[in-house]
Amino acid sequence: MSTTTNTPPATTGSTEARKGAGPAALLFSVGGQNLSLIGALVVVLALFGALNDNYLSISNIQVIAEAATITGLLAVVQTVVIICGGLDISVGSQAGVASVVSAMAFTGAGSNALAGMAAAVGVGVVIGILNGVVIVYGRVNPTIATLAGLAAYKGLAQLISNGRAQGYVLNNDVFVFLGRGKIAGLPVMVWILIVTALAVHLLLKYTDIGRNIYAIGGNDTAARLAGIDINKYLVAVYALIGVVAAVAGILLTARTGSGQPTSGSEGLELKAITAAALGGCALKGGKGGIGGTLLAVALLGCLENGLTVEGINSFWQNVAQGALLVVAVVIQQRRSGERAIGLPA
Amino acid sequence: MSRAHDEKPNPRPPAAPAPGGAGVQGVSKRFGAVQALAGVTLDFPAGRITALMGENGAGKSTLLKILAGDHQPTEGSVVVDGRPVQLASPTDARRTGIRIIPQEPEIIPHVSVAENVYAGSLPRAAGRRLDRAELRRRITADLKRLGFDKVLDPDLLGSQLTPAQRQLVEIMRALTGEAKVIAFDEPTSSLSEHEVDALFALIRRLREDGVAVVYVSHRMQEIFQLADRIAVLRDGALAGVQDAATTSEGELVRLMVGRDLSAMLSRPHVATDRLVLDVRGLTTDDVRDIDLQIHAGEVVGLAGLIGAGRSELALALAGDLPVRAGTVTLDGGRLPSGNPGAVIRAGLGLAPEERKAQALFLHRSIRDNTSTVVLERLRRFRFVRRSAERELAQEYADRLQVRTPSIEQEVRKLSGGNQQKVVLARWLARKPKVLILDEPTRGIDVGAKAEIYRIIADLAAEGVAILVISSELPEVLGLADRILVMQNGRITGELDRADATEEAVLNLAMADDIAPATPGAAA
Repeated sequence: MSTTTNTPPATTGSTEARKGAGPAALLFSVGGQNLSLIGALVVVLALFGALNDNYLSISNIQVIAEAATITGLLAVVQTVVIICGGLDISVGSQAGVASVVSAMAFTGAGSNALAGMAAAVGVGVVIGILNGVVIVYGRVNPTIATLAGLAAYKGLAQLISNGRAQGYVLNNDVFVFLGRGKIAGLPVMVWILIVTALAVHLLLKYTDIGRNIYAIGGNDTAARLAGIDINKYLVAVYALIGVVAAVAGILLTARTGSGQPTSGSEGLELKAITAAALGGCALKGGKGGIGGTLLAVALLGCLENGLTVEGINSFWQNVAQGALLVVAVVIQQRRSGERAIGLPA
Repeated sequence: MSRAHDEKPNPRPPAAPAPGGAGVQGVSKRFGAVQALAGVTLDFPAGRITALMGENGAGKSTLLKILAGDHQPTEGSVVVDGRPVQLASPTDARRTGIRIIPQEPEIIPHVSVAENVYAGSLPRAAGRRLDRAELRRRITADLKRLGFDKVLDPDLLGSQLTPAQRQLVEIMRALTGEAKVIAFDEPTSSLSEHEVDALFALIRRLREDGVAVVYVSHRMQEIFQLADRIAVLRDGALAGVQDAATTSEGELVRLMVGRDLSAMLSRPHVATDRLVLDVRGLTTDDVRDIDLQIHAGEVVGLAGLIGAGRSELALALAGDLPVRAGTVTLDGGRLPSGNPGAVIRAGLGLAPEERKAQALFLHRSIRDNTSTVVLERLRRFRFVRRSAERELAQEYADRLQVRTPSIEQEVRKLSGGNQQKVVLARWLARKPKVLILDEPTRGIDVGAKAEIYRIIADLAAEGVAILVISSELPEVLGLADRILVMQNGRITGELDRADATEEAVLNLAMADDIAPATPGAAA
């Protein structure tokens, strides 16, 4: 081996390939995955709009938006946990517990809305931390741990509520405002989703916390060796899910007027996970973002509403949702070029 | 530590080469930029035991994997019975009569020995039921035939077996059907002395039965006991084939080493007297009683074979593996254990052995990968300052000459050498007082190697205390001011730059019995 000092062509362009302004740059920043989601959304809107005149009316769009809000909140936090390599299939049950707790605490505290909401959020934090601790320190696979949570928290909600809707909150201005109010023409619920999504988006993309979350999901060994306290992060992420699921539960109470142990929250985990997967979250972790998830939430919401408006049997909607989740993951795995040998990684 | 094998007489008359056997003809194998094997022609005659030796990375494993059908050669072919054969898969190799006994036997834990042995071809009764009577008959007969009936109970479960028994199961698998070539990959690493004797008796019987035996090992003593001929690989090429009866340990070591990287490796030696890292009696699950001192500007090399505990020592220092006893002092302060973040803040960085698995976020950009350990310096409130981050990543990418169109490039798209530079850039940006580099040049081309040596020299000149773990002896010898050799979880010796030779290091690394004496510095 002759050892001439290998002077490389200093190709390290000191000017980084900056994306200039213009439509191409805009398209680039939106990303391929999101473009196909937008395409699918346009197709769905055009299809049902053609089939039904009312579908694209302002009032129906508003119905879609309100219905999608609770799913949207859970999908946003599901995105975070999937990015760091975990999963939470107990989000729907958590929302159910929070809904019941918020209504019962509200009633118990003499129609104090603040007490109801504080109690729900408190319970949410506890449940979230419990999930995190079981997963991290109990070494239970996240899918299994939160599958157990899915059953256990649902049971808990039914136990404390005796399986019935609890309380009546629509005599209270705060709950009425949350469930029915509007700010600048948009429902308050939608505003809550927007604010939450924006906050989580900023957290993920612009803070060191977000960087570390992506790092943990991308390569947990490397993250650990880079000094990131993985355990702390994971427990905190599950706690965040608990808080946001509690907010979803409170909104559920505000919309229906009473605390619902299961109705309205059952099955939300499937929607949340489907939205995250459709939105481009790699289920292996390390990849994904809030933008894609929100687009997928919108797509799912429009699809569901369209099918309902067209009078399609809701059983078929379940089939469609299950199929959609599988298709989203199959596409994802294809793209990552994984070889089809044995169980998927 | 020199032992007297050199003049060891070999009482065995050389067996007449039987017809058949196998070999490789002009086999080359490339992995990306790495030439793992280069035009190796070697025969494994029937009825002879051919030992295969070489340093880590010399190409032994690649050669075995080609024989096993796991890898396909880029050029050349495997030859069986004088005819070239195409081995597209392990099944092909098996059908051709080639068997490889892996170093770590694959044992199914919850089924019996009998089912483990015949896994994949279990006897069936009607309706695809397992024919237990036939299974029992077969295993009893085979155990008796091979002389294992005393040592291996066919009803034991896979999980109950000792390492030696696991090896026996793997051997029995190999011997079902007609085996022409059997290769053993360091079979004795987990065996006791008694078990080794039994294994050797079996291997000699295989030879008498006319099987071509390939025996891969680092252990000189074993090789001289067992082998008829010894093939030495170096840097993917055949360095020579020696007759076991006439060669010597010294001759083999000379064949294994001997490369000239010296020009690439030369650097000013700038070690100071200021002690930076002081490890005393460090003991973990993998290493024992480690004493290690590194001074500012000093490069200490850590040599040893794979499995000697070097990487585990590095991980323990980095806070990733638990410490059982001992103290580590960095710049006068006690280094915390069991907390990688605290270790990094105290000023110690580790570029681990497996850069893809342990260091890099492959789907993230160069910028992101560089800033990982300095985010807390780059943030305002909790927001990362993008422009500062970009400047930093660009600065180190330029300094380390990372070849990429942009620092926004995903790291997985870079070559191995450039990936390693990104790992180094991360630590350079952190400016640690101690930097541990575990196999810093593994799997990268010569040009990138030279650049990494230059970076190490620069760091030493800046006063960083550096520990280089490498299995490439010329690299350790060329870079280090001082070399420590590990074997079996302990430091077996220390060599000064002046009197370190490859032979001396290899002797310490391969010493079968550990001499307790290490430098008097031990507390």
